[in-house]
Amino acid sequence: MAIPKVVGIETEFGIMVRGTNEWNPVSASSLLINAYVGSEVGGLDDRTAPIAWDFIDETPGVDARDMLAPDYAMPPEVETHLVNAVLTNGARYYVDHAHPELSTPECRDALSVVLYDRAAEMILVDSMKAAAAALPPGQEIVIYKDNSDRKGNAYGCHENYLLDRNLPFGQIIHTATTHFVTRQVFTGSGKVGSELPGMTSAEIPYQLTQRAEHFEEEVGLETTLKRPIVNTRDEPHADSQKYRRLHVIAGDANMAQMATLLKVGTTAIVFAMLEDGAYDEQILIRNPVQAMHAVSHDLSLAEPLTLDDGRTATSLEIQWSLLQQARSWADRHGLESVGEECGKLVLERWEQVLNGLETDPSSIAHWVDWVAKHRLLTGFMDRHDCDWDDHRLRALDLQYHDLRPSKSLAARAGLEAVVADDDAARAVTEPPPDTRAYFRGRCLQKFADSVIAANWDSIVFDVGADPLRRVPMLEPTRGTEHHVGAILDESETVSELLDKLGA
Amino acid sequence: MAEREQIKKTSPKEQDQEVDEVPAGSESGEALKAELDDLLDEIDDVLETNAEDFVKSYIQKGGQ
Repeated sequence: MAIPKVVGIETEFGIMVRGTNEWNPVSASSLLINAYVGSEVGGLDDRTAPIAWDFIDETPGVDARDMLAPDYAMPPEVETHLVNAVLTNGARYYVDHAHPELSTPECRDALSVVLYDRAAEMILVDSMKAAAAALPPGQEIVIYKDNSDRKGNAYGCHENYLLDRNLPFGQIIHTATTHFVTRQVFTGSGKVGSELPGMTSAEIPYQLTQRAEHFEEEVGLETTLKRPIVNTRDEPHADSQKYRRLHVIAGDANMAQMATLLKVGTTAIVFAMLEDGAYDEQILIRNPVQAMHAVSHDLSLAEPLTLDDGRTATSLEIQWSLLQQARSWADRHGLESVGEECGKLVLERWEQVLNGLETDPSSIAHWVDWVAKHRLLTGFMDRHDCDWDDHRLRALDLQYHDLRPSKSLAARAGLEAVVADDDAARAVTEPPPDTRAYFRGRCLQKFADSVIAANWDSIVFDVGADPLRRVPMLEPTRGTEHHVGAILDESETVSELLDKLGA
Repeated sequence: MAEREQIKKTSPKEQDQEVDEVPAGSESGEALKAELDDLLDEIDDVLETNAEDFVKSYIQKGGQ
């Protein structure tokens, strides 16, 4: 039976300092995050230093294929010396590879991810404001929610899905590859031009995604070089006997909330189906890396992909097949594993978005980023009588992702909101009630002075005279409001809390 | 290659009853064009003034 699909996303943001040529991205990212955690919104009332991240559980070099990684596969480094803070909504906000990065708290469904992703945008906007006070006059830190500088450098928006450890990894690879290659038709954020060597803008004036061209392998441990479509990092951040966390690096960061809902929602369903053994037909794509690039380059959405058995199918046909099987799975198994209401919404929108892409993509410009951006670009070209080589189109492509409300083009593009901004504003400081992030967030809100460090699956408390106490949180669906809300409300001190928890 | 079989798309079962829910489809072409014109006016106002310098200076370190 499918286990609850606990999900979250981590976004590395693009960063620039305007008004000076003398700046460095690591210092700017640190200044940005420190300014936020020291501010009124992001700060903890009675502390000056942010709660530190606890690295004891970080093992990004462990490979899910149950064998030692070959020498050439460089495990990612854990940068323990850089700014790293835990927020009261349960999120992690830190500097990673010269980018500010925010990981949402663990969420129980895709709708909750959309809420915390919107909250993350608000946190970055507040951070830019807080940083302005710390910079010399005339300088400004600007944040972009994108995945590439269009010059060959990419940075990620990763998704994480809680999977049953019993699922053979080979099956995960097949299912994931087919979905990741073909879901690009609605997850792409759009990019002007190509970053592949030798490719001209005449050949590829515009493409669906920012990330596709940065993938060179089918499966692997890498995340920064020779990126694989399926990443094998085996770091469950939970009970490693029961769970796997699938770390997905193959998607774009989305400005369109509906694209985020569909990206996370369809992927959660696709893996829940695998756990339920629900596939009557496994579609395998031949040469997935080539197919990933081809789908991104094909604005007509009509190019056939060759399958392993010699048949051909377009990305849309494969998505229709997955949707049809998902509907039949939902009828037989229900949607509890992906959240009832959320699952129902995702299945409806999945069908509508495929219909729209098939009949008239412009009809879903309010849901899909590459379509929304394409509409702005072609409108701009008509109005100013210019072509794809015009610098203004490349500027428009970048500025679509600018998070400053005064400059963001995505904010002006008529994208439909899936969650209300009032709710997202609350989610900036409040954790989700239905995962262990609730316990982490509430402890930070109430007992910040006694929390020494925290990470995904534990919190370390200082209870005064006694040794430090580590409270493990190996079950992502425990530590919810239902489980510990009353205990947290009643406890006046950390000692009392730990006594009541029996920890 | 001629005998290659293609995956056939089966009609989605609930297509008919969902027509009302696709908002953009219900708007007239003229309304859409006017909306796009307003949007392009706004883009002309906020687009980075020195596009070429802006695009060239947008250089990031690679990440994950």
